[in-house]
Amino acid sequence: MGILDFLKRKPEPTATVAKERLRIIVAQERSTRGAPDYLPLMRNELLEVIKKYVNVDLDAININVERDSGHEVLELSVALPEGKSATP
Amino acid sequence: MTAEIIVVTSGKGGVGKTTTSASLATGLAMAGKKVAVIDFDVGLRNLDLIMGCERRVVYDFVNVVNGEATIKQALIKDKRHDNLFVLAASQTRDKDALTQEGVEKVLDDLSNDGFDYVVCDSPAGIEKGAHLAMYFADHAVVVVNPEVSSVRDSDRILGLLSSKTRRAERGEGAITQHLLLTRYNPGRVALGEMLSVKDVEEILGISVVGVIPESENVLAASNAGVPVILDDNSHAGQAYRDTVARILGEERPLRFTEVARKGFLQRVFGG
Repeated sequence: MGILDFLKRKPEPTATVAKERLRIIVAQERSTRGAPDYLPLMRNELLEVIKKYVNVDLDAININVERDSGHEVLELSVALPEGKSATP
Repeated sequence: MTAEIIVVTSGKGGVGKTTTSASLATGLAMAGKKVAVIDFDVGLRNLDLIMGCERRVVYDFVNVVNGEATIKQALIKDKRHDNLFVLAASQTRDKDALTQEGVEKVLDDLSNDGFDYVVCDSPAGIEKGAHLAMYFADHAVVVVNPEVSSVRDSDRILGLLSSKTRRAERGEGAITQHLLLTRYNPGRVALGEMLSVKDVEEILGISVVGVIPESENVLAASNAGVPVILDDNSHAGQAYRDTVARILGEERPLRFTEVARKGFLQRVFGG
């Protein structure tokens, strides 16, 4: 223990770290809950198709299912990289 | 008059489901209700030990479902309460021994026999046994520890409860969800080493029905085969009594969630 120890920043309490980690993972898991089981597979197949034309990775594809009184909307967004189109 | 069905579930194992089932069933019986508590953990029977009736198991849940015994033959009457009965899990390794129709019939029979409450002690996980334990429930007690994996799993279970139950499927209104925080250590919470009641409530978006402090009396009670709720000297036992009263609609403030303040003499002389 040095005499200047009191100047060091105290480490964040582990409970605070746990809460923050849980907040993020729980929100993420809730957003995909109740979605059809085929979504991950469909996402991968779509990625294969898109990759034929544009160089994107898995993170660039966002699939969302929204439920609205009686009907469901499948929302698919692909973030295309700038000027990096794969040669067809 | 139909029986109210309460599932005690958690997702994660070892958080206190069976301890809670035993104390909840005993507490409801102490309140004068006719109660059956059923062990759904096929292959890993344990509720009988916690209830202290392990040597009196003759027929089990699967025997009843298969028609090898009647429900009356299989129910074990509690030594301490005439209106409390235990239905033990089978020790068979066949996980498919329980069927949805079989479980429904047992629950209907209990309802027709005049039971007020049926407490279903769920196995860990989200497989068939856990699904069957929650499927017919009217109320759920989700047992959670102030620890990351348990909190995450209980969020998963809360999601399943609102979609994969008979009530949800039939659109009969959501099942009542009660969150029970167990193994709580106020001292470690004060030091920032453990998630607080408020943290867990905020993450899961549901308030607690009770907080059971971490207590050596829980192990002592299970050693003896006496549900800890009967140990009125222990904080855990008293917290379970409060919890059962709240589930029955009574309002009681939370206890044992703060570090006990030492009195002046204790501070001076220690202890």
